Amino acid sequence: MCLAAPAKIIRRSGLTATAETDGVRREVHLGLLPEVQVGDFVLVHAGFAIQRWTQEDLDEYLSLQQELESTL
Amino acid sequence: MTVSPAPSPGLKAQLLEMHQLARQFGRPVKYMEVCGTHTMAAFRSGLRTLLPESISLLSGPGCPVCVTPADFIDQAVALARLQDVVIVTFGDLLRVPGSRSSLERERAGGAEVRVAYSPLDALAWAAQEPQRRFVFLAIGFETTIPAIAVSVLQAAERRLDNVSFLCALKLMPPALAALLRSPALKLDGLLCPGHVSVMIGPEPYAFLAKSHHLPCVVAGFEPGDMVAGVLMLLRQSCGHRAEVEIQYHRSVKPGGLLRARQLWESVFEPSPSRWRGLGWIPESGLKLRPEFSAWDADRLYPETQVPAAVENPACRCGEVLQALVLPGQCPLFASGCTPEEPQGPCMVSSEGTCAAYYRYGRMASGASAAPERA
Repeated sequence: MCLAAPAKIIRRSGLTATAETDGVRREVHLGLLPEVQVGDFVLVHAGFAIQRWTQEDLDEYLSLQQELESTL
Repeated sequence: MTVSPAPSPGLKAQLLEMHQLARQFGRPVKYMEVCGTHTMAAFRSGLRTLLPESISLLSGPGCPVCVTPADFIDQAVALARLQDVVIVTFGDLLRVPGSRSSLERERAGGAEVRVAYSPLDALAWAAQEPQRRFVFLAIGFETTIPAIAVSVLQAAERRLDNVSFLCALKLMPPALAALLRSPALKLDGLLCPGHVSVMIGPEPYAFLAKSHHLPCVVAGFEPGDMVAGVLMLLRQSCGHRAEVEIQYHRSVKPGGLLRARQLWESVFEPSPSRWRGLGWIPESGLKLRPEFSAWDADRLYPETQVPAAVENPACRCGEVLQALVLPGQCPLFASGCTPEEPQGPCMVSSEGTCAAYYRYGRMASGASAAPERA
């Protein structure tokens, strides 16, 4: 239940934002991270951004994802 | 498929070091992965088959659905039977059996039960349908608590009087403290929950290292994160160190997310909470502060309060949650209890230990993954 997935903020209006992951868009609330800006990568849990990721964080995640999957 | 995954060169180097250290260490080690998301990730990726045989991963009490006692389900069922009440819940809870029914069965019988992506969905529906009363089933750990706190605050700000929250929120560190009081549980370290720690930071685990001399590593959820996390634990074990380390740096920062904790402290106050398997644990739950009692479903619908539920005596979820038995040691496992016909919550939740063993453990070849028959 504690699953969270990264997404990119593509639009923001007040504390409500639109985030995109692999082309899928969904609404994300920024009440826990009001400093988040359009273009930022965030970790999303239950419709809320819970952490901001840098580009390096995202790259690390993507390479980790491929470590086992690419060879399965 | 999950059997015999081939690791990348970076991962292979870490696994080689792990196997060397495990041999040097000389005796078997037991690490607990506290979080249900870790349990499922370890099985799904096939990671368990890559670990040295001397390293056992035991699953802990970190699955919110699994530790929610049956009387919460009974109360939710009673709420679902009220006229004009719509239950809003995270999907995992639907099939958990209460004493006599489940939300899924109530829904089949005509009750309205909606699955939400976010607790804010309950507010949106309440605003759209003012003639109906919406009750959000607020379960979860520190990861989810801030989202629910923001939702309660919004309901109050918007003066939405047809939405309320049935709260069984739980806090991880007091449960870990209670768990470690069990003399039967002999652990060598803990893989601490990644997303709970986004909120609370690594500091609340310090007592595990200091008082219990247990290595602790806060790890992420990708297979590579977990390999790195287990390796960090093993390095501590070999070096006779007991510290709290962060592997999951991209998400977990020292101090956690202060703003999130301030938000939840403005809405909730600590309370005793009953955990399946662990019983009542002081200060391990949260209840709404008196100023938010207008949104407290327990107070608004006292007729749905239920006595402590009788759980299926054959179901050993309670002991599974404390890592005292493996799922295969339960007489119901895979015979009377399957994901299709679950008898206990650990078989229902996609992150439940029994569900993980049922789906993946039975076909894994590694000794540590194969459930033992009692």
